[in-house]
Amino acid sequence: MSLGTIQALVLRYLYLYTRTPIRAIELVFWPLVHLLVWGYLTVFLQKHTGDGFPYEITFLIGAVILWDILFRAQQGVAIFFLEDVWSRNLLNIFAAPVSNADYLGSTYVVGFLRAALTSTMLAVLSLLLYSFNIFALSWALLPYVFNLLIFGWALGMISTALIVRWGPAAETLAWAVPFFIQPFAAVYYPVSALPIALQWVAKSLPCSYVFEGMRETLKSGVVDWQSLGIATGMNLIYLAAAGVLFVRVMNVAREKGLLTKFSSQ
Amino acid sequence: MQTPVLQVSDLTKSFGDVVSVDRVSFDISKGEILGLLGANGAGKTTAINMILGIITPTGGSVKVFGEDLHQSRIELLRRMNFCSTYTQLPGNLRVYQNLKVFGKLYRVPNLETRIDEVLALLEIDHLKTRVSGELSAGEGTRLNLCKALLNRPELLLLDEPTASLDPDIADKVRKVVSRIRDEEGTTILYTSHNMRDVEEVCDRVVFMHKGKVLFTGTSDETLQHFKEESLEDVFIRVARSGDLESASSGVEDDGKEPRS
Repeated sequence: MSLGTIQALVLRYLYLYTRTPIRAIELVFWPLVHLLVWGYLTVFLQKHTGDGFPYEITFLIGAVILWDILFRAQQGVAIFFLEDVWSRNLLNIFAAPVSNADYLGSTYVVGFLRAALTSTMLAVLSLLLYSFNIFALSWALLPYVFNLLIFGWALGMISTALIVRWGPAAETLAWAVPFFIQPFAAVYYPVSALPIALQWVAKSLPCSYVFEGMRETLKSGVVDWQSLGIATGMNLIYLAAAGVLFVRVMNVAREKGLLTKFSSQ
Repeated sequence: MQTPVLQVSDLTKSFGDVVSVDRVSFDISKGEILGLLGANGAGKTTAINMILGIITPTGGSVKVFGEDLHQSRIELLRRMNFCSTYTQLPGNLRVYQNLKVFGKLYRVPNLETRIDEVLALLEIDHLKTRVSGELSAGEGTRLNLCKALLNRPELLLLDEPTASLDPDIADKVRKVVSRIRDEEGTTILYTSHNMRDVEEVCDRVVFMHKGKVLFTGTSDETLQHFKEESLEDVFIRVARSGDLESASSGVEDDGKEPRS
């Protein structure tokens, strides 16, 4: 892995966003819409349900912020690839001295930057608008964020691998893949709200432990390190498996000439 | 004897039942410009993509500077570059931004100076701060060439570099290609459908047809072999041939002798 190569690929991405501010809408507008909708829903429910409402309702805002970290990290990886497809630059990149590790490393950095930007914005706005302080999680916030980043990267690699394998027509997967898992990820409700069969699906997703943990920590101040350990272990397996899938699909793409098809469409 | 800069041996690529490149072999010596010619679908671009490692061959080998491409791909790619009419640089970046990114990818020393040099060489230095997507087709092609020359490649692959250029700019590009070979000893593999390009810049040509090499030689040797007056006549004859034998035997499909 070459840091210089990663730096160059990230620089290209930064140029892209500073050159075309309209792209910032994607980074600012949708997260803001989600925050406003879920934030005011929380305010409404708090006003009209009194103390009898389940505690999770106050943490919908935290869920919006943490989900956005996962989503932006996934997008960073998947959109990074699509940017080259859209600009017919893919062959220039893959004909350059860029290894799979360099390429993936740069997508991770971009995913991190996207997640950091939007989650910081959401954290500040949620404090100002709803007096919700995500930093009440204190140091426990770091492993939660770390786990969501890793899972986002893994989902991003899976999304990209599927797009490479199935061609440009599958590019909508870049946005769809996170939402395939969202109903089972315990983002806005606890795992126990799901039917038993689907609870097993939830338990196979590392992010469900993070969202459950976030609710518990905000409620009681206690960090469930065992669940966090399970999430971290599962995340490392997901990341490794996604990496293997990505490399295998790239090898298939080279065998079948799929990368050149992206340039001719 | 010097090791060829590029050695392609029995290179083969099949996509299912379709054989796109069929046991193609050729060498290029240091400082040589080799024209890879053939009609659409002859297998030229697939061959170039295999030389770049973008497509994995079904069989055969590619050696660059004596080393197997698939063993040391990243190291070898640092000493190579390519320009294709089928690719673009990101249109939303400025010209210098695109060159800066690729200059860093190829680890070009004194990058700022080198960017100015290649822009001046292709006579688009006045476009340095322009947005790449606003360039004309000809300017975009020259920007692609700038990218390809940034790292002073020892082996340069040019896939139809003059395809979208008017005669004036095409002439300038041909002169640049000849100049970098003369001044820097760059070895060049050059594909084109423009036979004037080929006659002007290539030392030797490889004629491909339906994935196979029909003939390799200098322009004069090619004309003699096919008994034609110009490479364009050879190209047309090869392109219209129904099979390899009629294309290479000196007898056209309709049984008539070729023009002499």
